Parts: sequence; C-alpha cells; structure tokens
Amino acid sequence: MSGPNKNYDPVEVTPLHADEVERTRDEALDAFAKAADLAALQEAKVAHLGERSPIALANREIGALPPQGRKEAGQRIGSARKALNDAYAGRLAVLEAEHEERMLATERVDVTLPWHTPELGARHPLSLISEQVADVFAALGWDVAEGPEVEAEWLNFDALNFQPDHPARQMQDTFFVDPAGSGTVLRTHTSPVQARSMLTRKPPIYVICPGRVFRTDELDATHTPVFYQVEGLVVDEGITLAHLKGTLDHFVVSMFGEGLEARLRPNFFPFTEPSAEVDLKCFVCRGASVGNPDRPCRTCGSEGWIEWGGCGVVNPRVLQACGIDTDRYSGFAFGMGLERTLMFRNGVEDMRDMVEGDVRFSRQFGMEI
Amino acid sequence: MRVPLSWLREYVELPAGVTGREVGEKLVRAGLEVETVDEAGDGLTGPLVVGKVLSYEPEPQKNGKTIRWCSLDVGNDEPQWVVCGASNFEVGDLVVVVLPGAVLPGGFAISARKTYGHVSSGMICSSSELGLGDDGTHGIVVLQPGEAEVGTDAIELLGLRDDVLDIAVTPDRGYCLSIRGVAREAATAYGVELKDPAALTLTGDGSGGYPVRVDDAEACSVFVTRTVTGIDPKAPSPRWLQQRLVMSGMRPISIGVDVTNYVMLELGQPIHGYDKARLSGEIVVRRAVAGEKLMTLDDQTRELDAEDLLITDDSGPIGVAGVMGGASTEISESTTDVVIEAAHFHPIVIARSSRRHKLSSEASRRFEREVDPELPRYAAQRVADLLAELAGGTIEPAETVVDTHLRPEPVSFRADHAARVAGAPIPVDESIRHLQAVGCEVAQGNDAAVAAPFAVGASTATAADLISVTPPSWRPDLRDPNDFAEEVIRLFGFDNVPSVLPKAPGGQGLTVAQKRRRRIATALVGAGLTEVVSYPFVGDADFDAMGVPADDARRTTVKLANPLSDEEPSMQTTLLPTLLRTAERNVGRGATDLAIFQTSLVFLPRADSKPAPLPSVAQRPSDDEIQALYDALPEQPLHLGVVLTGSRTPTGWWGKGQPAGWADAVQVARSVAAVVGVEPVLRNVELAPWHPGRCAELSVGGKVIGHAGELHPKVCQAYGLPTRSSAVELDLDALMAAGPSSVSAQPFSSYPIAKEDVALIVGAEVAAADVEAALVEGAGELLESIRLFDLYTGEQIGEGKKSLAFALRFRAADRTLTETEVSAARQAAVQVTVARFNAVQRVG
Repeated sequence: MSGPNKNYDPVEVTPLHADEVERTRDEALDAFAKAADLAALQEAKVAHLGERSPIALANREIGALPPQGRKEAGQRIGSARKALNDAYAGRLAVLEAEHEERMLATERVDVTLPWHTPELGARHPLSLISEQVADVFAALGWDVAEGPEVEAEWLNFDALNFQPDHPARQMQDTFFVDPAGSGTVLRTHTSPVQARSMLTRKPPIYVICPGRVFRTDELDATHTPVFYQVEGLVVDEGITLAHLKGTLDHFVVSMFGEGLEARLRPNFFPFTEPSAEVDLKCFVCRGASVGNPDRPCRTCGSEGWIEWGGCGVVNPRVLQACGIDTDRYSGFAFGMGLERTLMFRNGVEDMRDMVEGDVRFSRQFGMEI
Repeated sequence: MRVPLSWLREYVELPAGVTGREVGEKLVRAGLEVETVDEAGDGLTGPLVVGKVLSYEPEPQKNGKTIRWCSLDVGNDEPQWVVCGASNFEVGDLVVVVLPGAVLPGGFAISARKTYGHVSSGMICSSSELGLGDDGTHGIVVLQPGEAEVGTDAIELLGLRDDVLDIAVTPDRGYCLSIRGVAREAATAYGVELKDPAALTLTGDGSGGYPVRVDDAEACSVFVTRTVTGIDPKAPSPRWLQQRLVMSGMRPISIGVDVTNYVMLELGQPIHGYDKARLSGEIVVRRAVAGEKLMTLDDQTRELDAEDLLITDDSGPIGVAGVMGGASTEISESTTDVVIEAAHFHPIVIARSSRRHKLSSEASRRFEREVDPELPRYAAQRVADLLAELAGGTIEPAETVVDTHLRPEPVSFRADHAARVAGAPIPVDESIRHLQAVGCEVAQGNDAAVAAPFAVGASTATAADLISVTPPSWRPDLRDPNDFAEEVIRLFGFDNVPSVLPKAPGGQGLTVAQKRRRRIATALVGAGLTEVVSYPFVGDADFDAMGVPADDARRTTVKLANPLSDEEPSMQTTLLPTLLRTAERNVGRGATDLAIFQTSLVFLPRADSKPAPLPSVAQRPSDDEIQALYDALPEQPLHLGVVLTGSRTPTGWWGKGQPAGWADAVQVARSVAAVVGVEPVLRNVELAPWHPGRCAELSVGGKVIGHAGELHPKVCQAYGLPTRSSAVELDLDALMAAGPSSVSAQPFSSYPIAKEDVALIVGAEVAAADVEAALVEGAGELLESIRLFDLYTGEQIGEGKKSLAFALRFRAADRTLTETEVSAARQAAVQVTVARFNAVQRVG
C-alpha cells in the first residue's frame, strides 16, 4: 500500500522538452492511481495539479517561449493537464463511492425492532358490518336513513299495523319509557325508520336503515337486550315479492359470496303481508347436527338453520297510515340482526363477545371485515 | 303448541314412515314456525313388555335400602326374576318390564346382571326410565287392572316412540293452536284429505240447557253449555289420554279436567267445566263492577277491573271470561254433574284481562288469537261424548246456545291479485284452488262486487276483474286482499317466485354527516384507538362513582318503566359511565395500556315534553300530529367517548415511555375536530369526572361541544384504572354541524419566508392559547404561522411565572419582506401580549 507522496519535490519542467512533460505526467498519473483514500488523493492533487505543481509551473512558462514554440508546447502541456484532470476525477469518483459504501455499511440497523408510535387501533365489527351493508345498498342508489332510539310508540307500533292489544305487540318485549303513558319506547326494531321515511319522503323510496334496537331479553350466547338491525324499505310503483327476492339475493351475494344458503318461508309480521322469514344455514355445523345427537350444535340448537331476519310486502295499511296511496304504490321491506349476521359470517360463537367491549374482540378485525 | 305426530296421524293420512322432522320441514315451508322436533323414545328397542307381579320378597340391604326380589309373568313359561328398588306395587299389578337385550332411551343396554346377591333378568321400569318424564310417583309405572294382556309390547301400548313437533304459532294463526289446525296445514302440505275432528254429530236440542244470559254480546258472541250428569269422578283418565296431555306439555289432573284440556288441544276451543252442584242460578256474562273480587283456580284472589268480562252466577263472579275460572265452582274429586262451557270471546277483551291480571293461560292464549266461532257447539259435544264414554256420564240433550256472531263477509279483489303481489305468473285457477284449500269460498262473476281497498289498482278494477272470497270461520286474520294473496303465494311456493332486482333512481350516496362519522372513526383508529360498544343503561351509582354533583344536569335522565336492572333505570346522558366500566373490564383482563372509543346516542330529556300522541292510522297524521310525535322524544345527539389509560408510548429500546395523560386526551379531541375542519377554542374548566385542574372545555362558535382531560384520581380509583387515566366526551352532532360545507382554495405566496422566534414570560395562570391569540392579533396579516415550541418554568424566571417560546413565520403575498417590516410585525405582536398579560420578553 502506498502512502501519500509527502516528500514529492517538484522539479522544474521545461515545456519544450516532451520527454520531461511525459515523465511528469506519468508520475502524476501514478500518484493518483496509488492514492488509497480521499485524503491521499487530495494530497496528490495538490502536488500534481496544484498551483505549485510542475505542470502548472510549466504552463505558466509557455507565455515566455518564443512564438514558434508556443503552440506545440501549449498543446503538449494542455493535453497532459487534461489527462491529469480526467485521472483525478475518475479516481475521486471511485474513492467516494468506496467511502459511501463503507459509511452506509456501518449504519445498518435491525429493521424488525418495534417503534413507539401507537399501533393502528380497530373498529368494532358491528360498525364495520353496518357500513358494509350501507355501502352495498348505497351502490344500488338507495339512501341510508336513520332515526332516534327513544321512539314514539305510534311510530314503533301503530303506524306499522301493530294494533294496541294485538299479541304481536306484546311479543316485542318492549322497554317502555317512564312514566307510563309517555307514548315513548326504546325502539324494538329499526322499522320506525320506515315509517319516518314514508312520512318525510315521497315515492319512489329506496332506503336502508342500520341501527341499534332494544328488547327486554337477558344477555346470553345468542340474545342481547341491545342489538343492531338493518332494515330495507322500497316503495315504488309495481313493486312485488319478486323484487324483494331479487334484492335479498343481491344482498346475500354481496355479503357472503357463495356457499351459505338462505331460504324464505312464510311467516307473520304485522307490517308486511305476505311475510316471510329469511333463514341461513347454520355456520357452525352446516346442518351436520340435525338428527345427530353425537354432534349437537349449540348455535342452532341442532336445527341446522339460523333465523336471519324477516321480510315481506309492505302491508298496505302501513302505507295508508304513512299517507301513501295504496292504489298506486306497493313496497317491500326486510330486516336482519347484524349480530347474527356477524355470527355466521365471521364465526363469532358467543354474542356476549360483541357487547362486552373487550378490545381483543374488536382488534381481531382491525379495519376490515 | 306441541303436536305429537301420532295424534296428527289420526286426522291426516301422512305417508307411512314419514318422520316428525320431515313433517316439520313441510310445515315450515307452509309457514308454521316449527321450533324443535322432540324424538321421544329415540333409540328405544325391546323387548319391553307388560308383566304381572307374581310374588315379591322385601330384602333390607346394608345401605339402608330395601329391595324387592320379584317374580313376574311376562308371557313366558317360566317366571322372570328381577330386583326392583321401588315399592309402589303389589302382587297382581301390571307393570312394564324391560328384558335383557333391550336398549332404553339414552343408550342404556339391559342384560341379566348380578346385583344385591341375585341375578336380575331385566328391570321393572319407571316413567322417566321410559323417557316419559317424571310422573310424580317416585316409583315404577303401574298399569290399570286389565289395561293390557301380559306379554303385550309396551312400546306400542304406551306410545313410547313418538315425535313431538313444537310449533311457535304466529299471532295470525290462532287456529294452529290445535291439532285440528296443524292437521289442516299438514293435509294441505301433503295434498291429502283432512279428517276433521270437529265433524261430529250434534246430539243437543239447541235449547233448554243450563240457563245463560249474555249482557255483552260484543265481548261474548257465542256461549254454549252442555250438561253431563252422573260421571264417576274417580274414573282414571285412560293412559292414551294422559299420554297425549303429557306429550303436549300439560299435566293430567282428573278425568273432568283432563277431558276439557284434551278437547282444547284437539280442536283449539278452550272449554271450562263447572261442578253443577256448586253453581247457583243463571249464568250471566257481564262486565265486572268496580270492587268485585274473585278467587281464581290458582287460589289467588284477584281485584276485578270494570273492563274485565266475567262469568257470574247468583253467588257473584265465578270466572274471568276466557282467562281463568273461579275456585268456587271448579270440578273436584267429588263432582258428578258437569256443566260444560264453550264460548267465543272477543280477542281484545281477553288480551286486556290477561295482561291486567298478568295471567296468561292456555285459554287466554287461544282467545287472544281468536278462536273459530263455529266451534263451541262441536267442542261441547266432544267433551260430553268423552265424559260419557270415559267416565260413565249421561249427556243431557238439553243445550244452551247463545250465538250472535256475525258470519264473515266476502272480500272482493282482482282475480290476479296474488300474481300481482308476487310478481309471478300464478294462474287465476291456481289462485282459486289455493284459496279453497285454506277453506275459503270463492265466487266469480258477481256483477255487484266492489274491489276492497288496500290493493294496487283497486280503484280501476271492474266487477269482471274480481273474485269474491269468503274466509273460513277459523281465519279471522283474512280480511284484506294481501292477506288472501299471502295464502295463495305460500301454497304456490315462495321458491317459485322469481328473483328480480328493482332499479332505484340515482341516489346521493352517504350524507355529509354519515361520511364525517366514518372519517372520524377512521382517524381515531389511525391514532391507535379501538372502538367498543356497550349498553346505554346507567344508574345513580355511575354518577356517584364519577363524582357528578347532585344538581348536575347529567343526572336528569330519561327513565325506563321496566329496566333490565333496578340499579340502572336510566338512559345514558353521557357515554363515560359505560365506557369507564368497559375500560375497567379491559384493565381487569390485563389490558392496562388502553385507548378505546365509542360513538353512541345520549338521551337528554326535554323540560317541557308532552306525551306522544297516538293518531289514527286510517290516514296520514296531520303535520301538527307528526310534529307532536317528534317533540315528545328526548333530544338524542350522537356523542363520542374516549378513555385512555396506562402508557400512550411504551418504554422501549428508544427510551422511556409516556403515560397517556391530559394532553393526549386533548389532542384526540383536537384531531377529531380537525377531521371535520373545525378548530375548537379551549379553556380550563372544572367538571366531574375530570381532574379539576386538568380538564379542557372545547367550544365552537361559543357553543360547548365537549371536554377532554385527565380523570379525577378518585374516579380512576373507583373504576380500578391506572392513575392519570384520561377521557374525552364530544357532542359529535354539534361538532360535525360546525364543519365547513365546502372549502375554497386560497393562493399561496412563493416569496421567501422570514422566521422570528419570541420567548415571553407570563404569569403561570395565563393560558398559552390566549398568549398565542394575542400574538396572532398583534402580528397582523404578514404572519403566516405560529407554533409554541417551548415551555419553561424554573428559578431563572421566578415563581409563579412561565416562559412560552413561539416560532413566528412571516410572509407577504406580493414581495420579499424587509427586515424592518418583519421586526415591526414581531414587535407589534409582542406589544399586545405586554398590554394584555404583562408579558416580558425573555432575551438570550
């Protein structure tokens, strides 16, 4: 390894002597090539290209030469200087690249280390699924409608054809607001939003209403007194049960893709006529528990099907109570429990996980569902 | 309604070998909610036979029990020897014997085995061992003398293998609260004939029976009595009858009671039997008089309401009509003469009485859903027949029949109405066939027919378009065209209706508020917070734990009349109680570094609220009525709650962590506001549950929109949270409403920036935000931005003081600022703070 040429003693060069110029040039080229680092190269540059270097001194002497020799000497010195400058620049680039590489190598870190800024939190899956449902229907051109949770009894029941002493009304397990006779309840379903939509809009009405509802059930693996529903309502000319089926089919495909199946079976709801229940095949046993005592299914009670929701053609009496011309318009409505949807869709086995607020439950979902 | 398949088969010829589950499937498709199918005796295999006790020897055992070593005649040449632990039988009794090789329900295999020093070749069975449930004898089943021959197969005899369908009957299908009604559906589903159990020969005279007067014909439109005399009250109910009652979920009591219950299950007509000897004078059906009392069959004395419909005699009330009979005239073990009541009561009258007395009986459940008004005479006949047959009674031909019930009127609608409702090509003749299958009479070509309302296109229908349909007596729910359409479509099959996606007109997508809510949630998640949900119910204990003063507005709540828990009767006025409890639960489960949020409505009572009206449903309520509905409700703004506990930044290889403190909470609030383009004004306030010195109030345009800061140490303690836990509560509706509806772009300058720092010493109590505002005010238009970059307190500046250092950035839109201009603006800014807060510039 050659060190910097500290003892270089410049010898005067006569520009007219080609061999001297060449020797000087070669000495310089050699010094640049041998410079091992940026500092050595800098010293070589001062010695061989600096103001007091032989080549610089020779250059200065050109002017003093007789005119006939100037041109040739000028060319000679100029070409030598160019060669030196090029060599220097080339060596500098190499040494700088080497230097940077060494520097960066020493700066290597362990990129798997954690950092202190908070990790991403998570949405609650009930919120995510509400939004997903809303998006499915918003994409169809429907509006997302909302309403209050403490609701007028008239909107929760009467407008929806629940007659005051009809058993259907008692079956709703209603929370009543004090005092008795306040005429207000905790809404037992999202259906009052239907009534509100019809009272405030004119047909055609296409709305989807996700929301929180209340029934006086005790909390267990499949029931909660506070739960989320989503309800759809269409009122337009020429609406039929076939349109309801088409909408539910679209909904099922959007939410579940292929695999799990739904069935419609006749049922009773005061606000729809005809009415049907929408069932989905049990997501845990997929029917394997039916008639198979060795494999009982807690989730579906070994029935193979889980009640998903209700639907039907809007009872014209409901349209009448909301001021819609039953001679001209018809409609359909459907409603589902979102907890149930989450259960069979995302394999949540216990309803209590959804309402207890344990962050580990939400965090499994993050921002996606 | 529990329906044993064997009973159903009596009236419907179901395919041989069809299981309860298969029948259930069919009924589900027809619209009955079959909840479960119990397979009684599933897995049971014989030999299980009737045996006669030939002899027994009691043998006391060391364990204190006495067993019987019995010999039995089971129809073989040799007696069968078995050990029995029960003692409720005598020599000569008929018992049920399971023999080696048999398997009892539950997979219990029987073999000859050594026990108590004998080889027991089988076992005498108890009710529960046979899968029949506890019969209350604490012993083995003893058959009636002569009930069966020795050696008879007991599986068949006792009906041990049967499927029982449990059907949740919807309120419109009251007729299915009977075997008759379910049989009708099953017959339709299988396309076979129904053998109607009500198709009986009436033997009564139609008059001259026990005297009855009905004072309220609207509430009681039919009242029939028959009298059966000379029954043997001790006559046991036959085993098949008891068995059916048990399988249907009722308990056998005595022959008189069992027969009335049996007929109710069979036909759906509730029956009441009176002990004739205990009746005095005419039966009068009337409304109660205030102050009247009645001791009902359940030995409860009930105060009667003037609305209650009563059955009375000369002694006063003897029953709440359709709900429960009175104790004074009930059939007892000494009753020989029975007066049978079969009546038709108005559903609402019964529903109200039932609810008023919190008394839901088998009878009231049926009357509430309306019973077939044609049934009473037949049901009374059926009871009389059974009492005569099973208890040796004599049926009096005299009969009381009060009947003012109106027969159903035909309803006219377009013949293709069902097809129009379904959107499916259901031919008219098929529609008519289905209507007839459910019992309707259908007439076509009535020129006088007028289309009923509640059907699309009713106003333009001509008589030629219409059919006139009279519903059967057992279907009071069929009254509107769509009710009939449902019957047609369910029999046509929902599966046969096509699937057509309707085309909605173009929508607007989500509303501004809906989009803003999503963005806020996304931002919070980005900041590391996790969303939770909780119930909105709170109580005084919550407000106490949060240190909320007695006169705080948040203690004025919307209360529930029937809360889940008496401790939590109120709807939340703030999200913090339930969120703090959620935090407590998480911390208790080990999640000490917690950042959670919830958005939910809160419920704020209105001072002047009036009860919500109940307008008529015959037309749209008036605008005033609609407004009154809305005004009766509490205000229900959407709130955001946040709780931060433990470390916001953990300790790690980078150094020491940072606890989640007041500043984090305030920053969360600021960020949420920033999401919707709002910059709230902050100030220190004192408010529970926050630390009195560490709570920020946020306001926009003078309106308070929430609070953020560190929780009071006592609150942290009360909820078991780490000290210095913090919380935020914001009124999101108010915040979002304050957001700009649109943003206009402003040009920005490309001239160079001039940077100036300024440090000011002010009193410790002066708010940084106020100093900043003063600087902004003084600096004028050239100021582009300002940022507080240092806060210092300490000896250098003296007690009660603090130094605030701000970085000011100046820039002009149209030129490069001169040093003189910048210096002047800086000086002007400082000047305002000097004037307003006595600020002193800190130099060096």
